[in-house]
Amino acid sequence: MTWLVPLPVVMPLIGAALTLLLVGRPRAQRWVSITVLTATVAVAALLLVRSSLDGPLVVEVGGWVAPLGIVLVADQLAALMLVVSAAVTLCVLVYSIGQGQADGHEETPLSVYHPTYLVLTAGVCNAFLSGDLFNLYVGFEILLVASYVLLTLGSTETRIRAGTTYVVVSLLSSVLFLVAIGLVYASTGTLNLAQLVDRLDALPDDLRLVLQGMLLLAFGIKAAVFPLSAWLPDSYPTAPAPVTAVFAGLLTKVGVYAIIRTETLLFPGGRTADLLLVVAALTMVVGILGAVAQSDIKRLLSFTLVSHIGYMLFGVGLTTTLGLSAAIFYVVHHITIQTTLFLAAGLIERRGGSTALDRLGGLARLSPLLAVLFFVPALNLAGIPPFSGFLGKLGLVQAGVADGGALAWGLVAGGLLTSLLTLYAIARVWNLAFWRAPHPDMPEPGDPVRAARTDGAEQPHEDPEPAGAVLPRLMIGSTAALVAFGLALTVVAGPLFDISTDAAEDLLRRAPYVEAVFPDGAP
Amino acid sequence: MNPNLIYVLVVGVLFAAGITLLLERSLTRVLMGVILLGNGANLLLLTGGRAGGPPIVGTTDEAEMADPLPQAMVLTAIVITLGMTAFLLALAYRSWHLNGHDEVQDDVEDRRIMELADRDEGPGTADADTVRELAADPTEPMPVARERESAT
Repeated sequence: MTWLVPLPVVMPLIGAALTLLLVGRPRAQRWVSITVLTATVAVAALLLVRSSLDGPLVVEVGGWVAPLGIVLVADQLAALMLVVSAAVTLCVLVYSIGQGQADGHEETPLSVYHPTYLVLTAGVCNAFLSGDLFNLYVGFEILLVASYVLLTLGSTETRIRAGTTYVVVSLLSSVLFLVAIGLVYASTGTLNLAQLVDRLDALPDDLRLVLQGMLLLAFGIKAAVFPLSAWLPDSYPTAPAPVTAVFAGLLTKVGVYAIIRTETLLFPGGRTADLLLVVAALTMVVGILGAVAQSDIKRLLSFTLVSHIGYMLFGVGLTTTLGLSAAIFYVVHHITIQTTLFLAAGLIERRGGSTALDRLGGLARLSPLLAVLFFVPALNLAGIPPFSGFLGKLGLVQAGVADGGALAWGLVAGGLLTSLLTLYAIARVWNLAFWRAPHPDMPEPGDPVRAARTDGAEQPHEDPEPAGAVLPRLMIGSTAALVAFGLALTVVAGPLFDISTDAAEDLLRRAPYVEAVFPDGAP
Repeated sequence: MNPNLIYVLVVGVLFAAGITLLLERSLTRVLMGVILLGNGANLLLLTGGRAGGPPIVGTTDEAEMADPLPQAMVLTAIVITLGMTAFLLALAYRSWHLNGHDEVQDDVEDRRIMELADRDEGPGTADADTVRELAADPTEPMPVARERESAT
């Protein structure tokens, strides 16, 4: 079954090449993309089943033996991430296709959209599967370059402005990562993660701390951890709705995944655990205070995204099985929910002509279905029982209480406060956009699709999506599918927690990973 | 290359210059900074491997071979830097096209919210309706929303 492992990377790349050849034939492009991503979901699901039953699946790329060649490793953590991210990318793709069709011109989304989107998927999958530090860097670069293109799609003034910040910050983090790789290689002579386990253990403590710090810094920027998170709310909201949704769901989580992987596999023992906990608390609280201050739905959601990264770091920083498994569960939950909310925000923008809260109102009456599609994931994000957000936070709180340290208790309090403030931020959106009387500028039901106001005087983002009273079925359908997926996370929370606990145990034991790569012992 | 002081110093100078340029507002200078940083990182990678003869079996004795892996990595990194340079140039050009300059600008929405805070107004709080009504010209009819409400 190991031949399955490279497929989540290879298939989207082939799909990208095909869709590039098919530029100018949007219908064929759409079918290729949908087929490829559906197949990726299927492969990822199979990988999850196999890796749960048989332990990690390993492929030596090109047949080069392990420490010489690059390995791809699909353990439970990687496979779980693959399943969720593939499912989410598929839903967002369907949404963007629906949006393109509804806008009526065959060229939307732009012809370069499909190839870039598939390259982004390949990069994300490569980062999850990589068993080699440099290959992880390449995976990051693939997804980042694709994200630069997607973020500046159409190259309007706001997107260029926001894209510039994003690109420069990402470049800086990539250089940091590259320098860290150079230092790791210089001090150990290898970049194979499984081989690094022993060799890093043999290094002096201070040197290890430097390497760990550099990697944490690089991944911290990508994951938008608090002091390094200012770029995110600035750049994400300007992109087209589906692009923002997929970025919010996946890109920061790839950073979190890299933190989990390196912290547990390469640098166990938790020398930076306290730092991680402090940073987690700051990320949660500062992030959510930012969200409370926003008056635009997309920006508000970007701040909640930053804030909830703190929960995942909280779990990682505890370095216990309980904490780590709750963190993994939370990553899965958050990928789904945050993406859903951004898709719903896209629908709001379409229906109401804007995402600025002072221009919206009465959506609950005008479009009850949209209200449900926003309300359910919003409560889920805030952590209202019985949704998965509640279960994830409950797991983290239990892990924090079990830890019992002063910092852990502080984080428990911070986590609960953040949850409450999330509810407040979300309730404000609900009150202003959905409950109060409709805003005079909003399109009436039955209005033909019209371009949204273009004077742009008060609008934070120009080039809004065209507004219309009738929401396209594909967009509603794909958002509803993701909402249902989020609800399903509650239903299957038991088995999911089993998987994440298994994954967390394997991560902390480290041996299963190393033995899978080197069955005869590390060279 | 075996680590020696000259390489390390060159890497340091490249990083220092790169970061100084990165702090500039003009995107072209930022681009120069990124290129310098990239070159510094590449040199650092290269310094991490062993120096020696060409790593081809038959040409060099195995004990005297250079470490080929950092060179392979540097090649990959150079290609990535090349692509990024092209992309940043395109961004700078587009920015110049649109604005007549290539300066990295502030976050507009952020500034708007700061102005709101300075005037001590919450962003889009429930009071916003009242604020708008109070600020509205008295000769102007009330917002249409009211009419709709009474109609239903």
